[in-house]
Amino acid sequence: MKNKSVSAALKKNAMLIVLVLVYLFFLILTKGGIFSPSSFTELINQNAYVYILGAGMLMCMLTGGNIDLSCGAFVCLLGALGGVFMIVQGMSTGLSILLLLLIGIGYGVGLGFLIAYVHIPPWIATLAGYLAFRGLGTSILSANSVTGSLAPFPTDFQSIFYGRIFPTEKGVFNWPCFLLGLLAAAAVVGLTFRNRQVRLKKGYEADSVASAAGKSGLGAAAILLVTARLAMDGGIPTTLLWVAGIILIYSFITSKTTIGRHFYIVGGNMEAARLSGVNTRRVMFVAYLNMAVLTAIATMTVVARSQSAYADVGKNFEMDAISACVVGGVSASGGAGTVLGMVIGATLIGVINLGMSLISLDANYQRVIKGLVLLAAVVFDILSKKRGK
Amino acid sequence: MCNMSEQQETRAREPYLLEMLDIEKQFPGVKALDHARLQLRAGTVHALMGENGAGKSTLMKCLFGIYTRDGGTITMNGEPVTFTSPRDALDNGVAMVHQELNQVLRRNVMENVWLGRFPTTKLGTVDTRKMYADTKAVFERLEIDVDPKQIIGELSVSKRQMVEIAKAVSYNAKILVLDEPTSSLTEDEVEHLFRIMHRLTSEGVGIIYISHKMDEILRISNDVTIMRDGQWIATKSAETLTKEEIIRLMVGREMTNQFPPKNNQIGDVLLDVRNFSGMYEPTCHDVSFQLHKGEVLGVAGLVGSRRTELLNSLFGYFTSGGGEVTMNGKPIRNVTTDEARKNGFALITEERRATGIFGENTILFNTIIANVDAYGKPLLNARKMDRDTDEQIAAMKVKTPSKKTLIKSLSGGNQQKVIIGRWLLTNPDVLLMDEPTRGIDVGAKYEIYQLILNLASQGKGVMMVSSEMPELLGICDRILVMSNGHLAGIVERGKDFGNIPGEQEKIMELAAKYV
Repeated sequence: MKNKSVSAALKKNAMLIVLVLVYLFFLILTKGGIFSPSSFTELINQNAYVYILGAGMLMCMLTGGNIDLSCGAFVCLLGALGGVFMIVQGMSTGLSILLLLLIGIGYGVGLGFLIAYVHIPPWIATLAGYLAFRGLGTSILSANSVTGSLAPFPTDFQSIFYGRIFPTEKGVFNWPCFLLGLLAAAAVVGLTFRNRQVRLKKGYEADSVASAAGKSGLGAAAILLVTARLAMDGGIPTTLLWVAGIILIYSFITSKTTIGRHFYIVGGNMEAARLSGVNTRRVMFVAYLNMAVLTAIATMTVVARSQSAYADVGKNFEMDAISACVVGGVSASGGAGTVLGMVIGATLIGVINLGMSLISLDANYQRVIKGLVLLAAVVFDILSKKRGK
Repeated sequence: MCNMSEQQETRAREPYLLEMLDIEKQFPGVKALDHARLQLRAGTVHALMGENGAGKSTLMKCLFGIYTRDGGTITMNGEPVTFTSPRDALDNGVAMVHQELNQVLRRNVMENVWLGRFPTTKLGTVDTRKMYADTKAVFERLEIDVDPKQIIGELSVSKRQMVEIAKAVSYNAKILVLDEPTSSLTEDEVEHLFRIMHRLTSEGVGIIYISHKMDEILRISNDVTIMRDGQWIATKSAETLTKEEIIRLMVGREMTNQFPPKNNQIGDVLLDVRNFSGMYEPTCHDVSFQLHKGEVLGVAGLVGSRRTELLNSLFGYFTSGGGEVTMNGKPIRNVTTDEARKNGFALITEERRATGIFGENTILFNTIIANVDAYGKPLLNARKMDRDTDEQIAAMKVKTPSKKTLIKSLSGGNQQKVIIGRWLLTNPDVLLMDEPTRGIDVGAKYEIYQLILNLASQGKGVMMVSSEMPELLGICDRILVMSNGHLAGIVERGKDFGNIPGEQEKIMELAAKYV
């Protein structure tokens, strides 16, 4: 019995364990390089878009393995438009952000309408955007710039999406950063135990004290470790706040709200949902509207980091987001998957990317390895499910 | 027709809970409903009967807002209503248990029960605790023993069906539609359902009950409406009806014989199966029998007696785990289904919709698919495919506007005929049929029996699994009785059954041997 629960726990957290092992592997290979404070900042900034687009892609995939192929190209178009607004037209940062979000909503409404109400298969509807947006973005860029890229974005824009909170010199311990980490760690432990208390009081099963302490303790320790390292690298990147905020919001939506469950249910059995009076079209509509809005946010973190909008920005982003979901255990046929899983998947890919760059592996081999990791994740997932039966 | 309308007259003075009059529905090429009618009184069970394709489900879908009717009126308590979606119908006191189980298999029981109406907390989050308590309360009231937190896909089909019934009840609807709710239930569960229905009618709920099972209908319903070809034929009080009368009204002709005359000659041993077992549990064990040329060999047993596993393992669909099979004296091993097909086996599966038809494809596609090698490599010979399909449509008497019609638009009986036709094109020697008449109306059943007997007369061996004892007794030469994965015995026509008193009891006794 005990053995069974241990193996079940291992299976459930398999990707997390793989993540730790891969991290340790690169820790040795890079002789600790991947543990340097700047590596932590880099990991977050480099992968911010994967987490943000991954959250949107997760919702699409939950509805039945549907994907959005257009998000990478849409990043290019929005980036170009952002460049025009802020650099060419000299609009204020606030207005430009608002406009980009509105354009995102506009595309989302149109795309959602086509998919949910006209019943265009999502991959075809988004393939159109995939083809059109990069062309449109590139032509806007070349019309406004000789070099084909627009730069630099205003500093206030950059500080919102690619800045630091209470910045300090590198190497000086940044106390606000660490205190925020302490607060978050305390919240994790506190909430876990409060939740357990409530469950016990109402007579439901709950984890044992040891297991609750273990789980929340590990989470808290991870948060403290990350913030301690970030504190040595100038403080919390604003990107982290965006990413953490989006992860928290989408975790909440998918696990606690009615609309969140409807995503799982529509993907699990569309017919059952419809016959039970779930507005399945609205669920599909919301999935793609949401994806487009998140793409707008992701665009801003990306162009703020690169400080410029260029023709290749956003290339293969849709594939990165899909990979993060798939590696994170999101079902390719819909109905199953969690935000936390996607986050672990994205982090695993991010760690592998960073580790490979740190040991200066040839970019072509990097791609080969990424492909193999994706395949291994899916094979592993399917085999472990078979074993379970 | 005259006396029927008289009967209507006497009823009309009572107020109707639901009245559907002159309902019309046109599908491309088919008039699905033509002046269909249903009048339901509060606190009664109203059976809706008719052959498959008679329009019962279509009529209910028009009520429930799945289809939009082309004409006619629906009134509830005298008020005209039109529901534009299932949501609309549910909100207005109409709940339905659909013919197919529509559940989200990966989610738990309670989420499936409260689908579309999750309780929420003040914060707007899903209130799982209330959901759990409410589900428990509903299950306790209906005496259903299922854990609300279990993943629904892990439950047996009959338990899932009970959950679906509990869900419909939990809407506290005034009108409850049950579309063939007992097809996958065990006998105890059927009784359980009837208790639930009795309780609901005593609370004033009107129940529309669709079923093919005459005994059930005559036992529990107050009124019976009979439909044929999308039209209203008659509404009568159940007390005044007999089985024969219902069948007559349903098929529009006298059904003197339920089964065609047997004229098949039993020949040499075709298949010799010795100590045959499946590989993965649950499966059949150590089964030995012989199938002769020209024989119809029945397979009887309770739910879980592993009859389907036996057929699927013989066909190589499930991995076999031991034993010997010889065909015409030569040992064979059906390791894959492809090999089985080449050895002259055919399998007509139990779940027609899931494993039989290619729903989105035409009758032509569905007819040639098991025999596609025969139409030329590498290019398919369209003329030959057309000809063979036409032949099978004619031979099987498939009712269809064209061979280019999508198979999913046919009734169950006609789909089954297409599938049998598909396998006949491979010219098989052994036909394995798993519940070949399930969900098929009385008239089409007769045709299927005739087909089976004709095949036997041609010297083919037919193995037929069925849960309907009368049909096994009616057309089989011998019956294997399975019990809990083992062969409990073989009974023979003339010796053990065939108008012999106590025949059913003997088979039931064997079926319970290893339980």
